[in-house]
Amino acid sequence: MPMNSKTETDPRALVQSPQDFASQWSLIWIAFRRHRLAMTGAIIVLMLYVVAAFSEFLAPFNPNATSAADVYHPPQMIRFIDRHDDGGWSVRPHVRSLTAERDKFTLKTTYIVNPDEKIYLQFFGKGDPYRLWGVIPMDRHFLTTADPSERFYMFGADRLGRDMLSRTIYGTRISMSIGLVGVTLSLALGLILGGVSGFYGGRVDMIIQRIVELVISLPTIPIWLGMSAALPQDWSPLTRYFAITVILSLVAWTELARVVRGRFLALRTEDFVTAARLDGCSRKRVIFRHMMPSMVSHIIASVTLAIPVMIIAETSLSFLGLGLTPPIISWGVLLKEAQNVRSIAQAPWLFIPGGAVFLAVLALNFLGDGLRDAADPYAQDTHQ
Amino acid sequence: MLFLYILRRIAWSIPLLFAVSIIAFALISAPPGDYITSFAATLSESGDVVDQARLDAMRERYGLDQPFLVQYWHWISNAVQGDFGISFEWQQPVSTLIWERMSLSVTLALATLMFTWALALPIGIYSAVRKYSIGDYVVTAIGFLGLATPNFLFALVLMYIAVVYFGADVSGLFSDEYQDAPWSWAKLVDLAKHIWIPVIILGTSATASLVRIMRANLLDELHRPYVTTARAKGLSEWRLIMKYPVRIAINPFVSTIGWAFPQLISGAVITAVVLSLPTAGPLMLQALLAQDMYLAGAFILLLCCLSIIGMLVSDILLAVIDPRIRFR
Amino acid sequence: MTAMAKTAATNSTVLELRNLITEFVTQRGTFRAVDDVSLELHAGKTLCVVGESGSGKSVMSRSILQIVDPPGRVTGGQALLHRHRTARGSDFDETIDLLQLDPKSKAIRNLRGRDIAMIFQEPMSSLSPVHRIGDQVGEAIRLHEAVSKKEARERTLELLRKVEIPNPGKAIDQFPFEFSGGMRQRAMIAMALACNPTVLIADEPTTALDVTIQAEILDLIRSIQDESDMAVMFITHDMGVVAEIADEIAVMRFGKVVETGDVYEIFEKPQHPYTQRLLNSVRELDHPSARRLEMRETRAIGEPILVSDGITKVFGSGKRWFGGEVKGFKAVNTANLELRKGENLGVVGESGSGKTTLGRCLQRVYEVTDGRVLYTNEAGQERDIAGLTEDQLAEPWRDIRTVFQDPFSSLNPRMTIGQIIGEPLVVEGKLTGQQIRDRVHELLELVGLPASAYMRYPHAFSGGQRQRVSIARAIAPNPRVIIADEATSALDVSIRTQVLDLLLDLQKRFDLSFILISHDIAVIRYFCDRIAVMYRGQIVETGDTETVCQKPQHAYTQSLLSAVPVADPRVRGQKQRVRYQEAT
Repeated sequence: MPMNSKTETDPRALVQSPQDFASQWSLIWIAFRRHRLAMTGAIIVLMLYVVAAFSEFLAPFNPNATSAADVYHPPQMIRFIDRHDDGGWSVRPHVRSLTAERDKFTLKTTYIVNPDEKIYLQFFGKGDPYRLWGVIPMDRHFLTTADPSERFYMFGADRLGRDMLSRTIYGTRISMSIGLVGVTLSLALGLILGGVSGFYGGRVDMIIQRIVELVISLPTIPIWLGMSAALPQDWSPLTRYFAITVILSLVAWTELARVVRGRFLALRTEDFVTAARLDGCSRKRVIFRHMMPSMVSHIIASVTLAIPVMIIAETSLSFLGLGLTPPIISWGVLLKEAQNVRSIAQAPWLFIPGGAVFLAVLALNFLGDGLRDAADPYAQDTHQ
Repeated sequence: MLFLYILRRIAWSIPLLFAVSIIAFALISAPPGDYITSFAATLSESGDVVDQARLDAMRERYGLDQPFLVQYWHWISNAVQGDFGISFEWQQPVSTLIWERMSLSVTLALATLMFTWALALPIGIYSAVRKYSIGDYVVTAIGFLGLATPNFLFALVLMYIAVVYFGADVSGLFSDEYQDAPWSWAKLVDLAKHIWIPVIILGTSATASLVRIMRANLLDELHRPYVTTARAKGLSEWRLIMKYPVRIAINPFVSTIGWAFPQLISGAVITAVVLSLPTAGPLMLQALLAQDMYLAGAFILLLCCLSIIGMLVSDILLAVIDPRIRFR
Repeated sequence: MTAMAKTAATNSTVLELRNLITEFVTQRGTFRAVDDVSLELHAGKTLCVVGESGSGKSVMSRSILQIVDPPGRVTGGQALLHRHRTARGSDFDETIDLLQLDPKSKAIRNLRGRDIAMIFQEPMSSLSPVHRIGDQVGEAIRLHEAVSKKEARERTLELLRKVEIPNPGKAIDQFPFEFSGGMRQRAMIAMALACNPTVLIADEPTTALDVTIQAEILDLIRSIQDESDMAVMFITHDMGVVAEIADEIAVMRFGKVVETGDVYEIFEKPQHPYTQRLLNSVRELDHPSARRLEMRETRAIGEPILVSDGITKVFGSGKRWFGGEVKGFKAVNTANLELRKGENLGVVGESGSGKTTLGRCLQRVYEVTDGRVLYTNEAGQERDIAGLTEDQLAEPWRDIRTVFQDPFSSLNPRMTIGQIIGEPLVVEGKLTGQQIRDRVHELLELVGLPASAYMRYPHAFSGGQRQRVSIARAIAPNPRVIIADEATSALDVSIRTQVLDLLLDLQKRFDLSFILISHDIAVIRYFCDRIAVMYRGQIVETGDTETVCQKPQHAYTQSLLSAVPVADPRVRGQKQRVRYQEAT
């Protein structure tokens, strides 16, 4: 029921919201802020990208440093209260040291807590040298051992004694960025094809629609597998990374193209677009000044929802050994270590990168859902 | 009207099948080198002498030296007669290797689809009708968890729990004694005992997304004027919802077969590897890695065909239940 | 009216509303949509509930059967149904308070559709698109009476025949989308009549229909009422319809009933100022505007400036992929029309008559399939704009401007009012930023909007105000011709005249010429000097507005005019209805 006769004051009218001067983005922000889950998601996503941006600094060790003595070293808990032998205490982060013992008969290694020995940790301490973003040489880490020759394992160690925390942090960079880069590629494809399809209509639209239909009817995973298997084995890790991204986006662009085309078609018939044409706007101005602002928020929402799909796809491919391969570290590559029951039964912490996938996908889904709901602040609420 | 629509729809899937078969063949012939190259590599690794003349002879025998289109024509014209060529690795006709695995794949996908529907439909209706109730929140939360877990991770976690806490092995589709046994009633029962674990693993995320779709669709329909009309007629709330909004909200639901079925089939590939199921997935993966092109090609082609058939079936079903489509 | 005589002796009140209150509880607070409404419905009589959009009349009608959509809820009052006073009623007093019943209980469900039936505004969306007509109508019978499927089908056929649906045997198995709007509404009525209800509540049942169809539906409802002694509550915003069918009237405003009474009394001596104003604006509309007549005396109408020379527009034709031609839909068929300088030309027609397409062709928004569009510019040069490309059209488009129908979709919600009005000036690029701002402020004042509107977004304005923005945008580049396509149709009656008067004032100041496209004869009569009547893509009649309205020549014009309800209950039944059958 439309209630908009403001010419005469309706005594029953509710207090008008002070949003008469609010632009699209402030209205979206108002709607989005109410969405608590989406806000939580947004914060988590932001944190993940911060981790991805500063992984060298945040990781305590070089992720490829092996330690034969620490094979399948279990996770250690960080303690902050340090009790001294004399009964006093101070605040100093440390972990309890574990020593490996090998059973003579079964040859199974077990780790036993060594109560006397503590490994002290230090914030912003010196550790393995690295180059931040491959450029700035540094050796400070957010949290590392006070004595650079010692190691600690918050997330445990893998079968070569590599620190899982550092590896998961480095994996964040690759996994989160492959989602972003892949989505950018499919967005470019989707925008161009969807936009052309929606703007020109007619035969062009029909041909593009048929192509979309064909791509949709392909079963994604076998095609992905087939394409990745077709990649030459001798490519450099970076080339392979981009090749995988391209493969992922080749299949994923259809959904974005569909959204873009749908919005374009819907908008084209809106009176305000005709009005803009009659105002004498050039085609470019009609699209970019009048139509784009109505599409951007929808596109951002769809893009956000497409990133988790990419992340899962990359993880799955790498898990099977057809996606990224070592020495690149991604969550999928890490999970490949957890492929058989025997190793996970022995070292369940190998699942931790899976937890990261789960967290990222969940957060991005929440964020995307919230954005989608807030994307059109002008949609009429049908039931008041 | 309906008949014409179905005919049109079937006619359209023929060029689609054709296009898909070209893509499948292009994929398997894309890797640089061919099976003979990797065969030679294996030979030299193991220290055998590689005889170039012998390799050329093999190439010629398998027709690998011919141009792409000739090879493709050769392959597809035999494939439509059920002959998919020979698996290099197994040295057997591909057709003897794939059918049992394909049928198990289809069985698994169909079972999962049923499971998904049986669960998603009532839950979706419930959470739309009782919007914002505690039940709705629980369902939504579980749905999000289901969506956020990659299938293979879920499979791994389940296996871990089974091994560590129950000491049971949940992989495979058959017990050891039935592994290679011929088909019998007992084997079927054994299959039923094993299949539910992969069904749950595969079905969870599909169920989660279907519940979300059903809920959203039904919420859209619940306040339409025709619902008010039906209510004004004196229909009881329950019958009203089932007869009108659900009937209409189910349309997009039916069309999900189109994508859910192919997704289940292709998603099952990874899960099958983790759970070492005797379905198409693991063998296809192996074939792809070994560049066993005819075997891999047959799997890719058949999986693509299944997807297209799934789309076809869902479009036809949609036309059957929604008169507006067939009159368009 | 035999039914009236029969019940006149006894108390004939069948439904009584006492102090009905319905509220919508939202996050922003409680909104009282229906505020303390008391009404009576009498057997065999029609009560018209009149009010503008948002007056709560529709919610009130739904409150009676407790079918208000959430979060709406009936929170107070009584709705007494006197079942003993109806045809099937018993001797002892059987009065039910509908509002005491649980909205989901069997008790109230038994009354819905059997004692009280409803029909709704949108005949398309009010019927389920995927169920057959027979199923939906028959369901109403089978819900309340124990009849077999076969019997229900027989009765359904009978009902379809009763509501004059042609070929009921075929219609019963058809789907709603195979029906025209009028036929769908007939099916809705058949459904409502399934169990011979005591009370029929009709919520704007003819608003979405063309006038000729509206007249047929009104005839149908009246004839059915004559046969039974059904009480009808008819909700409408159209005073013409009220005058045509009402026995009693209740005027609603802001959720309250401000006035009730006999139809003749209210039309002759309205008591409440709101009713007076409503009737005045309706009466005013049906006559030539005094402003316009006055203006024409001082300034004569000039030479033709925009001429449609045999325009034909065909949609969707073309070649198929594999040979063969697709025959398109001919929306406009060789239309000849001329707009003279300083004149207001009305184009009238029903939905699908091609009037909007013609308007868009005249402005060259659509490409013309055949014919010429001759525009004479300020310098007196005549030019065919039909053949121009989009780039060449910039100049004619500054001279020929548009006011759109839908005040909601014609303003970009993401731009401020200042940006929207200034857009044509910005694109033209002749003025500086400051000059454009000054000009927009000047335009705002011209159309009667406060200067503070400049920085606001369209969502802050009502429909009437938005239409003023649209007008300001249209006159921004100093145009000569304005094509207004149903520019007042989405507005309430009282605002309609204000907008038309604004256009006339602007005409006086800037020497504009108007083409007003409308389905509403009253608006055309008020605003236009000449009129062109369109029917199925063809202009069937043109001429001076008053001459055509009083002495229509073409048979279609006659039928159209005879179908228009007159806002005067005393002339009811005097007008001879003409049905137009196209010669095939």
